[in-house]
Amino acid sequence: MIKVEKRSDVSRSIYFLTPVLAIFLTLFGGGIIFFILGFNPIEALKFFFITPISDLYGLSELLVKATPLCLIAIGLSFCFKSNNWNIGAEGQLIFGGIVGGGVALLFYNHDGFYVLPIIILSGAIGGMLFAMIPAILKTYFNTNEILVSLMLVYVAKLLLDYLVVGPWSNPEGFNFPETRQFSESARMPILFVGLRIHAGIFITLITVFLSWLILYKTYLGFQIKVSGLSLKTAKYAGFKGKTMIIIVFMISGACAGLAGVGEITGPIGQLHRNISPDYGFTAIIVAFLGRLNPIGIIFASLIVALTYLGAETAQIFLQVPKYTGQVFQGMILFFLLGSDYLLFFKIKFLGLKKNEL
Amino acid sequence: MSFDLNFIGILIGAIMASSVPLILAASGELITERSGVLNLGVEGMMIIGAISGFALMVVTDNLFFAVVGSMLSGLIISLIFGLLTQSLLTNHVATGLALTIFGIGMSAMIGKNFVGIPGKEFPLLFVNLKESIPFLGPVFFGHSIILYFAFGLPFLTNYFLKKTKTGLIIRAVGDSPTSASNQGINVTLVRYSCILYGGAMCGLAGAYLSLIYTPQWIENMTGGRGWIALALVVFATWSPIKVLIGALIFGGITILQLHMQAAGLRIPVQLLSALPYIMTIIVLVVISRDSRKIKLNTPTSLGQIFYKEK
Repeated sequence: MIKVEKRSDVSRSIYFLTPVLAIFLTLFGGGIIFFILGFNPIEALKFFFITPISDLYGLSELLVKATPLCLIAIGLSFCFKSNNWNIGAEGQLIFGGIVGGGVALLFYNHDGFYVLPIIILSGAIGGMLFAMIPAILKTYFNTNEILVSLMLVYVAKLLLDYLVVGPWSNPEGFNFPETRQFSESARMPILFVGLRIHAGIFITLITVFLSWLILYKTYLGFQIKVSGLSLKTAKYAGFKGKTMIIIVFMISGACAGLAGVGEITGPIGQLHRNISPDYGFTAIIVAFLGRLNPIGIIFASLIVALTYLGAETAQIFLQVPKYTGQVFQGMILFFLLGSDYLLFFKIKFLGLKKNEL
Repeated sequence: MSFDLNFIGILIGAIMASSVPLILAASGELITERSGVLNLGVEGMMIIGAISGFALMVVTDNLFFAVVGSMLSGLIISLIFGLLTQSLLTNHVATGLALTIFGIGMSAMIGKNFVGIPGKEFPLLFVNLKESIPFLGPVFFGHSIILYFAFGLPFLTNYFLKKTKTGLIIRAVGDSPTSASNQGINVTLVRYSCILYGGAMCGLAGAYLSLIYTPQWIENMTGGRGWIALALVVFATWSPIKVLIGALIFGGITILQLHMQAAGLRIPVQLLSALPYIMTIIVLVVISRDSRKIKLNTPTSLGQIFYKEK
């Protein structure tokens, strides 16, 4: 017999262990899917999760992908902790990229140490302003932030498309939908010769530290936590909900904008149609997998970044579409949410009693 | 003059066709939400329906199997959502997002071998009437059976929710699961059924796209329609008839935008393409401004987890 009992308190060790369980279940589920598709599951999983990081270049690529994911997820954790469902980080990333890219084009002929910081700052502001749209509509017009932030993703994508095809397209670019290559002074410094890992990783790490400070050491962090646990309590305590909502959206928008500007000044070096392989959406999974905890998010971003690399390798060696990465990402979140059941309930395996036979 | 009138008729017919997937998906989601469950996986369920319908059409060469199969696959994938949110009590928003991400990935994986295969002609009804009657012909005739079903569905849904016992039970579960449960209603079972029904309708909506509207398989071909369907449910303040009106408005914007592009207006294509999304935001703002009205119509327990101590 199996008996389910509600736990009286949530065990902290299980809280951080269930993500690990979810990852193992995902590997298992992925193996089954590969088997159904006619591949040797062990070999396919090896191509997916081991081959990509078996050399230095692969490890650098892992960090290149984890850099924006971690940054966006950190921002999102502010929103999710306080029950604000910003799921339009992809749009905020793109808008940040647009603003930062515009500034980079503006400073095309400038050469100086000040160029890159200005670009980065303007990207962050761009993402922040874009995230304020759903926040203001939510606080003052009672509009659903999930839908608004999501609709704005499409708007940002189309705006980027318009700019790179039209007014911002490279004058010497034979009508390719892309801008000029940014000047050297507008690019993120590369850390190691021959690898793509860039200084953006420091922005991410600083942001992780700052958000840890804000979340755990400030009044704002306390407000965010309480509002997430119970809106009624927050109101009773006299917290100004509206200001907090706008602030958490601003923080997460700025992070997404930074990620966008990091991409265009880092690995990409110009604006074109696809500046992000859905980092903004995938970061939602990273945030949850990391338990909305800054340190957890660092680990989660590395794991989820691996699904991107794995999908690329699998595309080459197994001829599966690169969307396979999303199958794994979806599964991770499914299993993670599902295994949370273990947090709140105890499952007891009891022997059959005589009278039940 | 009769030519112009006929052209307007054709235009209206096209608007109706483009609103079909929105009506189907939004009507399905409306029932799900009325039972208190917020399933953000509409886009994922639609795209799974689209690829399953198309793949089955290619494999079995039978459109009936394709349509039924798409509904079944929408239902199966919504079962994942049901299992998680109802049996394992997971957060609705996060689970729905996972469903969408998973669905898009899965559809691309299944669809790999179906890219570039031409679709099959879907039988249209009353084609001779469409051509012989000016204006009214192209409006009312020459459509697929799914379109007629879609336009009947909101009225059926309205009747079902308001006049039948089952409809009443669903609304009771959505508004107050605890008291419904105390009345002896199995809340979990009701919610499961509503989730599965929503899944089947989203699957059908997807199949309409891949079998009839753009008869072929393209990766990511739902292109955000699932999210617009979700917005439509709010826009309609959970009333099925208003879903129909809303879907026609959005269908209208889509078609109008295509015609403006074709007419070579000096407006950037991208701005026109962004119109449906911008309109959605504006409409949501206008609708939601009156918080009393929204509160009055929203299923009270929407998105909340229900757990009964045994």
